[in-house]
Amino acid sequence: MASEGDRRADLEVDEPRRSRILGALGSGGGGARAVAIALLSTIVFVVVVVVVVGNSPGWPAVHKGFFSWTYYKSAFPETARAFRLNVEIFLIAECLILPFALLIAVLRSLPGPVFFPFRALAIMYADFFRGVPTILMIAWLGFGVPGLQISGVPTSTTFWAVVALVLIYSAYVSEVYRAGIDSVHPSQEAAARSLGLTRGQTLRKVILPQAVRRVIPPLLNDFIGLQKDTALVGILGAVEAFQQTEIDTAATFNFTAYLVAATLFVAITIPLARFTDWLIARDRRRRQAQGLFA
Amino acid sequence: MNTAAALEIEGLRKSFGKNLVLDGIDLSVGEHEVVCLIGASGSGKSTLLRCLNLLEPVDAGRILVAGEEITRRNVDVNRVRRRIGIVFQAFNLFPHMSVLENVTLAPRLALGQSRSEAEQQARALLDRFGLSDKVEAYPDHLSGGQQQRVAIVRALAMQPRLMLLDEVTSALDPELVAEVLDVIGELAAGGMTMVIATHEMGFARDIATRVCFLDGGVILEQGPPEQMFGSPREPRTQQFLQRIVSAHRL
Repeated sequence: MASEGDRRADLEVDEPRRSRILGALGSGGGGARAVAIALLSTIVFVVVVVVVVGNSPGWPAVHKGFFSWTYYKSAFPETARAFRLNVEIFLIAECLILPFALLIAVLRSLPGPVFFPFRALAIMYADFFRGVPTILMIAWLGFGVPGLQISGVPTSTTFWAVVALVLIYSAYVSEVYRAGIDSVHPSQEAAARSLGLTRGQTLRKVILPQAVRRVIPPLLNDFIGLQKDTALVGILGAVEAFQQTEIDTAATFNFTAYLVAATLFVAITIPLARFTDWLIARDRRRRQAQGLFA
Repeated sequence: MNTAAALEIEGLRKSFGKNLVLDGIDLSVGEHEVVCLIGASGSGKSTLLRCLNLLEPVDAGRILVAGEEITRRNVDVNRVRRRIGIVFQAFNLFPHMSVLENVTLAPRLALGQSRSEAEQQARALLDRFGLSDKVEAYPDHLSGGQQQRVAIVRALAMQPRLMLLDEVTSALDPELVAEVLDVIGELAAGGMTMVIATHEMGFARDIATRVCFLDGGVILEQGPPEQMFGSPREPRTQQFLQRIVSAHRL
């Protein structure tokens, strides 16, 4: 029981955190000196990289083939249009994964012998779909199911690609949820049950809110992975950003379109990362502010 | 002692694996009685309280609350627990909820009270125990003593007939113990039936109507506090109290 307090101390970092990137910059007496050293070493590093890469025998060809501004401008509109499909797949899949994975995680955490079949099913599900390569799953469902030609079953490849992504990523995300559920101390459940709350009420109001809050950063990590994996849908022939760059490079013999696609993906994932940071910081601030003034 | 027992325990046994913790506990607690359980760490005090609230399944024996057996099969544990409040050593407040939410959660979900009804009652209770300025605060920002008082209020909000207190001051800094003991004293004065596991012998002497010494999984000796602390019969009890005295805790 005494570990409760220690655990909380580990989770709550009350001191303002120092940026990992900036390190000791600006703290202590040698602040200006530290900044100067950091600046100098950065300049030296950049100069070395530029000189080494710029003087390599193949650089002029690579520069023209992969980093051409002219091709960048011409490839951008088409790729950006195709990228809409990536975003759509991402958004639809995410909305399905969040509740579905939670269901899997909850099934797996049900106690007692009665729920054994559910637990077994959830474990088998997670084991299987985490093990199968995403690209295989997409190919199987995207080519296989429409090939069955059953009437009434959707034949859209995009539809089945989304299903494949949901199945694969739910397996990952359910494990993240489960880690969160396991991290909530059993005394929380005891407290809730002792007040006469049912098992379901305890899960909904006490366990899951704490569990989900703790796993937001790893959840986001999985969603960045999902956002990138939407490019795999291209193997089915759907013209998403990566497929569009393939069309482009085949027509122009210039690979700058890849850079366009990369820019678009990064433009989505970086704000996503900052948004999560903001959510976490807001939650911490809210809890601290209450304590100071209440 | 009152004839209508608030709590009746008969031959209660409980073991964890091969470790026998409770080896036949018999205890009868009358209405408005305050029974203090004392004994060395590991003597089964906490386990007994957890069994009474059905947080631990019992191996054998019966527990009756106000005449109703709660250890029988197919008993509605949620209904039973609503009548029995328990307060833990480590407070166990819900950290993601404000004080008000902590206190109103169970009355709303388990008793079906409306939000306004539950909040009105919660505010009245918090006010009574000097916590009215902490209504919107989160547990992490309260002192241990305040957290424990909130935990007591949270249990009281269910209007229990019986309160179980499991070493509620053991996790507190010494200067915070008094504020929690004062609250318990007030409850006792108000006629609340309580079973209290405690290491605070001075407190037990002041508040208990009866003191039970647990040793080896049984209640080795019990009696009024004057007798238990003044002239205990059993050598084990004497030995235990001697150690407490030499540790300046009595």
